[in-house]
Amino acid sequence: MKGIKGTKTDIRLKKKGSRYGVKLPNCKITAQSPIEPIPMPPRVIISLSQNPGAPCKPLVNKGDKVLTGQKIGNSEEFISAPVHATVSGEVSDILTTIDPGTGQHKQALLLTSDGKDEWVKLDAPANPDELSVKDILKRIREAGIVGLGGAVFPSHAKLSLAEDTKIDTLILNGCECEPYITADHRAMLEYGDKILSGLNIIKKVVSPDNIYIAIEDNKRDAIKHLEGLIASMEGDNYFKIVSRKAKYPAGAEKTLIETLLGRQVPINGLPLDVGVIVHNVNTVKAIHDAVVDGKPFIERVVTVTGSVKNPKNLLVRLGTPLGSLIDYCGGIEGEAVEIINGGPMTGVSQPDLGSPVTKGTNCLLVKENRPVKERDCIRCGCCLEVCPMRLEPSTLARYARAGRYDDCLRYYIDDCFECGCCTYVCPSNIPILQYIKTAKVELARRANSATG
Amino acid sequence: MPQGKNKKKAPPEVSPVFPAPHLRKGQTTTKIMYIVVLVLLLPTASSIYYFGYNALLIISTSIATAVLTEYLSKKLRGKAFVMDGSAVITGLLLALTLPPTVPLWMVALGSFFAIAIAKEAFGGLGHNIFNPALAGRAFLQVSFPISMTTWVAPTGFSFDAVTSASPLSDTFTWEAEKLSLYKELFLGNTSGSIGETMTLLILLGGILLIATRIIDWRTPVAYIGAVALLSFALGQDAIFHLLSGGLMLGAFFMATDYVTSPITRRGKLIFGLGAGVLTVLIRLYSGMPEGVCFSILIMNALTPLIDRYATVKPYGFRKGIRSEG
Repeated sequence: MKGIKGTKTDIRLKKKGSRYGVKLPNCKITAQSPIEPIPMPPRVIISLSQNPGAPCKPLVNKGDKVLTGQKIGNSEEFISAPVHATVSGEVSDILTTIDPGTGQHKQALLLTSDGKDEWVKLDAPANPDELSVKDILKRIREAGIVGLGGAVFPSHAKLSLAEDTKIDTLILNGCECEPYITADHRAMLEYGDKILSGLNIIKKVVSPDNIYIAIEDNKRDAIKHLEGLIASMEGDNYFKIVSRKAKYPAGAEKTLIETLLGRQVPINGLPLDVGVIVHNVNTVKAIHDAVVDGKPFIERVVTVTGSVKNPKNLLVRLGTPLGSLIDYCGGIEGEAVEIINGGPMTGVSQPDLGSPVTKGTNCLLVKENRPVKERDCIRCGCCLEVCPMRLEPSTLARYARAGRYDDCLRYYIDDCFECGCCTYVCPSNIPILQYIKTAKVELARRANSATG
Repeated sequence: MPQGKNKKKAPPEVSPVFPAPHLRKGQTTTKIMYIVVLVLLLPTASSIYYFGYNALLIISTSIATAVLTEYLSKKLRGKAFVMDGSAVITGLLLALTLPPTVPLWMVALGSFFAIAIAKEAFGGLGHNIFNPALAGRAFLQVSFPISMTTWVAPTGFSFDAVTSASPLSDTFTWEAEKLSLYKELFLGNTSGSIGETMTLLILLGGILLIATRIIDWRTPVAYIGAVALLSFALGQDAIFHLLSGGLMLGAFFMATDYVTSPITRRGKLIFGLGAGVLTVLIRLYSGMPEGVCFSILIMNALTPLIDRYATVKPYGFRKGIRSEG
């Protein structure tokens, strides 16, 4: 649905939420805890590949001195984002780390802090109105900003539009539909003005006809707060807040576009194909910091929650080991606990706490969990009823389990964005999502070996 | 107690790892099965009300044989036996479709066939192609046609059974006005299989299952709708066809069996329509008075085919865009 540039598209918002997805327990126990900066870690591990796209090459050598905010890894490729030193000190080692979000081994730099937090000379603060679109995109890239809603796709790449692409709707995503996580919620309450400023910057880059701020109705204080800020803003009321019933995965990009606008992003397509661009609230805040203050993206909000003594929202320097976050929150409580990087639906279990916080870490959840016994599928069809992509999860799982990966393609396995609803509802405790992920990995491996 | 065992275990170095999602709804197959059993108590109550001791004996024989058969076949196959309630449903459903005077050894044989041959031989719950209860009933029907079509009028707990034609048989006659016939059929005061006569309670149970989202409304509505429309189109008394025989029990409790019916919504509609058409055709043009059992079994056989073609269009589907393979 590419519009013609120059014509304004009328949008009729959909009233009802999606009939797909699941109602989940809220568990947002840290909703009222203000964001707390945690003390500078003595050591940080900066992975050179924290987002999809090309990995960075190190720009420093072992033994070099680095300053906070100094660019220490970069790539020539377009779809890639540089990484920065998040403490001042010395490069102690170049090593391999396990990415907590994907479980893959990544090259990383180990930095030892000198405790002084001396900053590199930043770009001069700028008024975004006086910057060209090109300069704005350059600042976003140089700051190493990626999508913080989960996909960690480099933001400058998402915002670089082809000449003939018309964006009629920009959506600011503050849904945060996964239980426990409150990083976006707190950001909206505490960085509201910066988020709106960042939204204005994006508005300048993509010049949309409409801008919506989507927030789930379990965050009424955030809705109220942003409404107040918008009302006090000068100029016309360009931003419209839309609240949606809390239903997982309402905040997933494709689901959000459908429930809000009634449009479906084509299979293997992008939101751009239906004239939409979606950005997460914390990403937009980081864009403000980068463009207005010239600050690189070196710290983020992480919700540490679940079975820890004092659940909190923390402002954490990237590269801080996950264990430090838990220690800061008073340690683990209870037994048989699982430590999850991310939320309870999509997060990844961590075997140890040495892995660092990366750009994509929005939550560290400590939760009791026990193995469940997988039984045979009774074909109840619950997974089909909840799948937001209208796939047949049970069929995919059956084929994946049998190693019939080509048949998985026939059932649109690529369309699955791994929300986990199917597995959540399955009465036979079948790890459907795990089967699907396995099949995807195997299919990617085959595609790679076929082309390479 | 020895000192060593009393020591508290040191916390493991490595935290346990689980695949996402880390939350579960907590629904289990066992819970679903027992909810169905609870709802089936409604037609069970009517069967005992109308057919007394006969019904009680048939039902308990059938359930006991089903559970025992499942236990033994699991043992033979070296698998763990789980009292998941599915054998109870099979036994109970089979019993409800049997005539009140059927010998108990026949009940046991049918129940054994349902579990051992129709279910366990295919791999157990989730792997059977045919609805086990209906397969058991079909086995009895073709093996013992006389016993399976001997009907008596409902007598409650008294023993003086009087043979009487079932409403669907050729010899059935009704002199009084139509409305009173409908009333008798609706309340189940007619001869027939023990659990199939009382439409009222079956309907109530079916609505309960739909309301609790255990079954999808599409299958029974398509099934019953197809029977009504086709019998009406063929010049038959549509209301009579809806209220008599095993249609209601079949539409709500057998055609909706998860394992043996299609998984997509469109598939469920097709399944219901097909079963409805077959039921009317069998009732009107075959040698058998009733067609519910065989029509559902035929549709069971077609289920994999329906599943293959009645797929759902995924989100973002566009003509021309298709995954390869």
